[in-house]
Amino acid sequence: MSDKLDPLSRKILEVTQHGIEYTHSPFKEIAEETGLSEQEIVDRLKEMQNQGIIRRFGASIGHRTIGITANAMCIWNVPDERVEEVGKVMSNFSEVTHCYERPRYPDWPYNLFTMVHSYSKKDCEEIAGKIADATGIYDYRLLFSEHEFKKTGVRL
Amino acid sequence: MIRLDEMDKRILNEIQLEFPLSVNPYAVLAERIGIPEEELLKRLERLNNQGALRRIGPMINTRKIGGTSTLIALKAPDSQTHEIGEIINKHPEVSHNYLRPAEYNIWFTISAANRERLDTIIKQIVDETGCPILDLPTKRLFKIGVKFDVR
Repeated sequence: MSDKLDPLSRKILEVTQHGIEYTHSPFKEIAEETGLSEQEIVDRLKEMQNQGIIRRFGASIGHRTIGITANAMCIWNVPDERVEEVGKVMSNFSEVTHCYERPRYPDWPYNLFTMVHSYSKKDCEEIAGKIADATGIYDYRLLFSEHEFKKTGVRL
Repeated sequence: MIRLDEMDKRILNEIQLEFPLSVNPYAVLAERIGIPEEELLKRLERLNNQGALRRIGPMINTRKIGGTSTLIALKAPDSQTHEIGEIINKHPEVSHNYLRPAEYNIWFTISAANRERLDTIIKQIVDETGCPILDLPTKRLFKIGVKFDVR
């Protein structure tokens, strides 16, 4: 995708992003493939984590399968001068998994986007209500996802 | 929906954020949790087969390696949402794609090497679907956590 990454680290990302195996030595295969030791693979992953190339190394879970079925995109119309402050307050809610500022359009006044995941729609509505009370932003809507067409990690 | 026992929940909470990066990570994890590694591996395999665990791996920050992404809202006729959802899915650069009933009803993210490539894909999708869109790239990132509290 870019030249900022050396070929071996890139290869490690390409292979591991599809998920490592559930075995005693999950890095054995990629080590053999790249000619590095397993420790070197781990060290490179750690280095990429320190550089911020890897946001997080860990599990991606099937939240719907385990009952976290409600997933609301909350969209908020926040005065531009309050975005910085309000974005931080919203991010402090543990149920808020993502929080972004995005552009407005003539037919689209909402500039702050938060994803809220929980066990029911009612839960999500209550959380959004709490966020509204905490920030004083009452011009908002919840868009629930009714169907997942696709979800993959961001791929290289 | 599947049933999880307390140990499954403990494992799912643990491996989202505190996955030990080491040569034998499951041995480290098993010791931390207090079960034999064999049992942990069996549980992970089962959770994976059941769909509770999608994968263990790196979450990549595309911006750091020169990539870019955007969120697109698309206005599809209600009778054609599934068909149009599938057309959008065909693009490998589309990573997430959801139906959300509202005036813009299909919401998807695209990741690509650069803005030019992104624009090409967006144009293709607009041509293929004939639907109006909003291009909503991130202006400011406040949080990207994605840790689910499994209870």
